[in-house]
Amino acid sequence: MSTPETSDQAPTTVFLVDDHGLFRSGVRAELERAVPDVTVVGEAGSVDEAVAAIRHLRPDVVLLDVHMPDGGGAEVLRRIRPELPDVVFLALSVSDAAEDVIAVIRAGARGYVTKTISGRELADAVRRVRSGDAVFSPRLAGFVLDVFSDRPGAAPHTDPELDMLTPRERDVLRLLARGYAYKEIAGELFISVKTVETHVSSVLRKTQMSNRYELSRWASDRRLV
Amino acid sequence: MTTLPVRPPATAPLLRRRSGRFVAGVAGGVADHLGVRVLWVRVAFALLAVVNGAGIAAYGLLWVFVRQEQADVAREVPRSERQQALGLAALGIAVAFAGSAAGSPVIGWVVGPLGVAAIGAAVVWREADESQRRKWTQGARRTSASTMVRVLSGALFVAVGIAVFLLANIEMGQLQFAVLAVVATLAGVAVITVPWWLRLMRDLGEERRERIVESERAEIAAHLHDSVLQTLALIQRQSDQPREVLRLARGQERELRTWLYGPTGYGRRSVADPALDSGFTDALTKAAAEVEDTYAKDVRPVVVGGDRPLDDGMRALLLASREALVNAAKHSGAEEISVYVEMEPAEINVFVRDRGIGFDPDAIPDDRHGLADSVHGRMERHGGSVRLRTGPGEGTEVHLRMPVDEKKQEEETA
Repeated sequence: MSTPETSDQAPTTVFLVDDHGLFRSGVRAELERAVPDVTVVGEAGSVDEAVAAIRHLRPDVVLLDVHMPDGGGAEVLRRIRPELPDVVFLALSVSDAAEDVIAVIRAGARGYVTKTISGRELADAVRRVRSGDAVFSPRLAGFVLDVFSDRPGAAPHTDPELDMLTPRERDVLRLLARGYAYKEIAGELFISVKTVETHVSSVLRKTQMSNRYELSRWASDRRLV
Repeated sequence: MTTLPVRPPATAPLLRRRSGRFVAGVAGGVADHLGVRVLWVRVAFALLAVVNGAGIAAYGLLWVFVRQEQADVAREVPRSERQQALGLAALGIAVAFAGSAAGSPVIGWVVGPLGVAAIGAAVVWREADESQRRKWTQGARRTSASTMVRVLSGALFVAVGIAVFLLANIEMGQLQFAVLAVVATLAGVAVITVPWWLRLMRDLGEERRERIVESERAEIAAHLHDSVLQTLALIQRQSDQPREVLRLARGQERELRTWLYGPTGYGRRSVADPALDSGFTDALTKAAAEVEDTYAKDVRPVVVGGDRPLDDGMRALLLASREALVNAAKHSGAEEISVYVEMEPAEINVFVRDRGIGFDPDAIPDDRHGLADSVHGRMERHGGSVRLRTGPGEGTEVHLRMPVDEKKQEEETA
């Protein structure tokens, strides 16, 4: 699967951050085998190493493990993002815990995928975050729907623009959670793929900025705010 | 004056001397143990004899309770030391007699508590291990201003205790003064030794914490051994069967995930609601796991909304969902099946989707009752509905909708 808008660009440079060497080499091999327009330019196994190497190499996309010693992916994001706002981060995790996923998104990652993702899907996700879009796994879509749902007893929102999802954003998230690809969502809702991308980016922004009670609680549990 | 001819480098255990002794080798043994000159020990015993013969009693008790040393260590004891020891022993006995003859047991009221405190400290010292002792002596050597204040005030207490007894023995009864003196003396000793007690308590707390951490570690190790290591062993043995390896790995992953992140998992210390322990979400996750195991497909359920306990309608929904999952796993040819559950206040929606071959619903032979009976029939009997979306080559999505029985729900929450 090749997307026409990226094929004429220079190859996307990717940097791998994961404390498991075995996993790093697996991802590297898979990415290089599956897609010629994605090159892995380096890898790091610790937070310090990653910060130094990203500063030096300036890759397009950083694939970031959520769980690492010394603060994990969120710590890398905190240290390097203010300095290099152009580098895009995609979180990669085996964890399904909502706290972890939300934490790394709140710290500035453009997307979240699970480590069981196939090489081709991972390459798609890399291209997508590189072109400025967000990548939501079905599970992340589920978490976000859960957080923004208006259950009885949920905290009142202080900023309606940030604390609520529009009905269309909710529809898009619901389809993402059902396992639909962007193209399928566009067909389902009779909108363009570009519009789907806009909705998902908007949801990502709200997830990162909103002060909804559950988000703040998760974030403060992880000492992020 | 001679120094001890034999002294082991490390702190010697308290043993009575076999050779080079004058009475029973107690003083020598104590000196070996404490690493001081035997003369000082003997002087101490003699002085303690002043207090109602406490020195003599102590000597006797040590004689009874302390073992004699094993090896026959040869010691040369010069004449002068022998004479000295003889003199001190005689002095101690004489002092004890003199004290009782003078009829002043009151000295004991003051020195007695000191003796008790000293024995207590000695017990603590003996119970402590080598590293703790080193810490204590280092702490004692570090003389800061606060240490000085502490020691001085403690000494003052002791002095006041004795002075009160000696000076004001005029009006109040003897017993009252004795009690006063004892209290003052004990307070003084307590003030002097406060940091030691504090440190002792802290050490005990630390030890308990370490024990907790240790048991935690053992629990994790046991769990990893029972689950992960066993599975890895199985995977190695079946490495020529990719399907089986996939099944094992997925099953293990799911189990570990539940252990780590599940509602009652290791990562969550809070106690889960027992009513929801067998709720709809839990049951559906289990069904998905079963299908995953049986057909070696990837089934990832995503659930939105709070869990609910199972009622008849939801049980029907659960079985229908399971049937839809089995159909997708068996017939679609897709490796991945998406399950999305939305728990809303008024209804529950379940979507089971695959990107497989799809099928023509009208072309299903009549003898295949799976979809018709298990899914449609079940749902409709309980007021639910089924929507099927499929076509050859388009994959399949089954949408199951079950309204929540409002009355029942209210009864349960009431």
